[in-house]
Amino acid sequence: MRSITKTVFLIILAFFTGACDNNPYTASLSGKNILFSAFSTRIKYLDPARAYSSSEYRFIRQIYEPPLQYHYLKRPYTLIPLSATEVPKPQYFDANGNVLPENAPVKTIDHTVYEISIQRGIKYQPHPGFARDAQGRFIYHNLSESALSNIHELSDFEKTGTRELVANDFVYQIKRLAHPRINSPIYGLMSEYIVGLWELNERLQQVDKEQKLDYIDLDNYPLEGVEVVDDYTYRIRITGKYPQFLYWLAMPFFAPVPPEAERFYSQKVLIKRNITINGYPVGTGPYMLTVNNPNYRIVLERNKNFHGELYPLEGAAGDKELGLLRDAGKPLPFIDTAIYTLEKETIPYWNKFLQGYFDAATISSDNFDQAVTISADSNAILTDEMREKGIRLITSVRPTNFYFGFNMQDTVVGGTAESARLLRQAISIAMDIEEFISIFHNGRGIPAQGPLPQGIFGHKEGEKGVNPYIYDWVNGQAKRKPIAIARSLLAEAGYPNGRNEKSGKPLVLYLDVRGGGPDDKSMFDWYRKQLAKLDIQLIVRATDYNRFREKMQMGNAQIFWWGWHADYPDPENFLFLFYGPNGKVKYGGENAANYQNDKFDALFEQMKNMDNGEARLKIIDKMVEIVRYNAPWLWGFHPLEFSMHHDWEHNVKPHPMENSSLKYWRIDHEKRENYREKYNKPVLWPLGLMLALVVIITVLAVRLYRQREYRRQAVNN
Amino acid sequence: MFNYILRRLAYALPILLGVNFITFALFFMVITPDDMARLHLGDKHITQEQTKQWKHERGYDRPLFINSAHQDIEVIKDTIFYQKSVRLFFLDFGTSDADRRDINYDISQRVWPSIAIAVPTFVVGLLVNITMAMLLVFFRGTQLDTMAVVMTVILMSISSLFYIIAGQFLMSKLWHLTPISGYELGFDAWRFLILPVVIGVISGMGAGTRWYRSIFFEEINRDYVRTARAKGVPELKVLFRHVLRNAMVPILTGVVVVIPALFMGSLIMETFFAIPGLGSYTIEAIQSYDFAIVRSMVFLGSVLYIIGLVLTDISYTWVDPRVRLS
Repeated sequence: MRSITKTVFLIILAFFTGACDNNPYTASLSGKNILFSAFSTRIKYLDPARAYSSSEYRFIRQIYEPPLQYHYLKRPYTLIPLSATEVPKPQYFDANGNVLPENAPVKTIDHTVYEISIQRGIKYQPHPGFARDAQGRFIYHNLSESALSNIHELSDFEKTGTRELVANDFVYQIKRLAHPRINSPIYGLMSEYIVGLWELNERLQQVDKEQKLDYIDLDNYPLEGVEVVDDYTYRIRITGKYPQFLYWLAMPFFAPVPPEAERFYSQKVLIKRNITINGYPVGTGPYMLTVNNPNYRIVLERNKNFHGELYPLEGAAGDKELGLLRDAGKPLPFIDTAIYTLEKETIPYWNKFLQGYFDAATISSDNFDQAVTISADSNAILTDEMREKGIRLITSVRPTNFYFGFNMQDTVVGGTAESARLLRQAISIAMDIEEFISIFHNGRGIPAQGPLPQGIFGHKEGEKGVNPYIYDWVNGQAKRKPIAIARSLLAEAGYPNGRNEKSGKPLVLYLDVRGGGPDDKSMFDWYRKQLAKLDIQLIVRATDYNRFREKMQMGNAQIFWWGWHADYPDPENFLFLFYGPNGKVKYGGENAANYQNDKFDALFEQMKNMDNGEARLKIIDKMVEIVRYNAPWLWGFHPLEFSMHHDWEHNVKPHPMENSSLKYWRIDHEKRENYREKYNKPVLWPLGLMLALVVIITVLAVRLYRQREYRRQAVNN
Repeated sequence: MFNYILRRLAYALPILLGVNFITFALFFMVITPDDMARLHLGDKHITQEQTKQWKHERGYDRPLFINSAHQDIEVIKDTIFYQKSVRLFFLDFGTSDADRRDINYDISQRVWPSIAIAVPTFVVGLLVNITMAMLLVFFRGTQLDTMAVVMTVILMSISSLFYIIAGQFLMSKLWHLTPISGYELGFDAWRFLILPVVIGVISGMGAGTRWYRSIFFEEINRDYVRTARAKGVPELKVLFRHVLRNAMVPILTGVVVVIPALFMGSLIMETFFAIPGLGSYTIEAIQSYDFAIVRSMVFLGSVLYIIGLVLTDISYTWVDPRVRLS
């Protein structure tokens, strides 16, 4: 009992004598070359065949190395080799297998072959799946429950091994895309292109059903369109011509996975302990995942087997002035360890950033006003408080569209009739997107002038980039056309003052959106207000996401609010959202507006297989003009991402397509220590005041008690 | 008593089945297996075949309650409800719908942070509330009592979120005494537990103190108290030795029943302080429509609540020898 009392006393003593502080990390981590960051949602998938969200890519991009990557600094986005020796050149073949020239007409191309050579000498991170005994047998491939009594994490395995990366690992991973148990999100799309992927999936489904094996050795099941040429070369054969395939080769879906690792992870005793390939990736990249507790912490550490890479020698215009080329030519990575802590709530997340315990932070609406002010010319600038702390604001446009779509199958707002087109144009002018961004997104967005956001080939800045049907170019700026123009367009469309000129009935439109919670009410009111400017009644129908999707699939929506985030930085990935054969209702594609225009479709087919250049740009201009004129979308906005960085974090340049920036970043940890010391000095007088209050109350209580006892004794006597 | 416990446990079976049925029905009224598949597989490039495969892998491709494709007992057995429910009674929770993690393993890992935060909050809170209530009874009728009662009403009226935000501001931002949030495994966890425990105790003080104060007030006018006073026993001794012991039955009613539920963690505290316990596990599962985890946690919660009720009954016999369970 005495020892317990002593311990409690010591803890209390330590607490009030300064052994306690607000540092959420152990003292041993201070002064080290560590990046401290956070993640806000539980990371579900780290399997490169399954992961698809930016929160997952943030981790696996540091571990897995696909054949290609994006240049960190160059804009527009440029592909460069990563584990490949060079960016592969496509070879075109006709139906008889004859080689075709580069400029062969698309119709003559039967299939395309990409032959990819990989770098020699790349080794995997140390991993127990590779560990072998003296006889060369795998040590941990036949584990029993008893052998795992002390194993709770991957790092608990005593022995590890490695081996050289070979071409078969890339082929193995492509086969994994067709694995029925993995459910890769790009299987559907890739099975249209990679020859034999669909057949492989059918075969594997059959095997899975009949044999019910823990592990299906994919090496035993050939994939017709993908073959190993030699240890350092493999070939992928795709149907027809698909130049955008190169972008996919820069995604973790095409990164190598060693069969030994999958064999190792397929053991039931490990699955029972949640040690799976989904939780513990095995890669060749600059970092390896050493702690994966998705409930509170993920740790990446420098991969001691990393083959080496150098910081880029050249960048985009202005990068040198920003100091982004200061480390040019130096070996990567700079940071030894990255610790990511689960932080769901914005208040502690933001405070830890200000206290110097996170190196960077994104801005939520809760702390927007504390961090940023919007200047008279609508630019976001840091507040004085942030500037005093040496914090920097970095903004970037995401390759994303948020838009109001018009269902082109709808009898009122859809169709090719001139009246419907004018109605769509009128609504597009009335909906003040600038105000929407300002009110609901703290100014974090750029009004869209068409389908292509900044950084995508075909996007135009300034007067040339303005949508002339919605905006006027006034004093060097795009200005939304006055509401009077919208009203006259509406009258031309047959709805003067918002009433059908034939029936006299008021025009009632329906907007389908997701959500519908109390927070959305003000937004819905704003939507109604916008159309009320034209005397149109807008009924907002809010549903959950699944019902919303169903409506879209059935074509039951009239106007809808939706978004699109690009897979890769090519205009094809945006313009295909208007391609007829990609219509949602008819073909189950991503063209949610079900827009169909023969001229546009013909141009799209021509454009999608072209290389970037003048000829392609001309076609893109024509396509953009068609959709601007027909207005199947009310062009919404491209979101702007604001991130805050302390001045000890160097080489930070946002790259929305590539989340492997960690290897380029550098930390000045001494500066961080100084900051933490400066901005974490306690203010203790309120605590003293509270303690004084407690003492006063106690004294009063004791006096009262004594008086009462005295009176009681007096009565007894 | 043994027979009584057996009987109570037998009663528990239909209750658990009912709870499971209601959870199942409510969940599937909101979201169908197809919806779940779409939500988990994501937005882009997903084929109907993949949706089917997802459901098949998780056993959601069966009918919900009745399988008319069969004739015999399989009509009931080859359904989602049966397949998903039976295993629960053997505490085999299977794998999560989203990332196929073993739920039993996750529970075994996450229960400790939940206990680490819930037990100190409960024990310290109980001691503080009883002591405060005793002191209020001791100072009954004085200005101190009036002030304290007003204070407890104020404490009760404030939202728990306010306590969290104010606590984080004072303890971490102003006084720099504890980290604002987070968790560390092992003994280092104590630094992260102080703030949520202090907030948990203070936020529960208003309601707790008033509740115990009312219990003690009922006892304070009984004959045995008058007798003790008449014999010259000091007031503090009367309260803490005699009144407290005799007020144990109503105290236990409220206390013992929640002890097993402490394992389930605190939904709000764990989420706000990023503590990887079972409370935040449940919240995450609800947010991500992971029915396998939600079902498991609701079932576990029901089991623990029933255990709490049985323990309460048993504890009556311990504090009051007149009570007999039959």
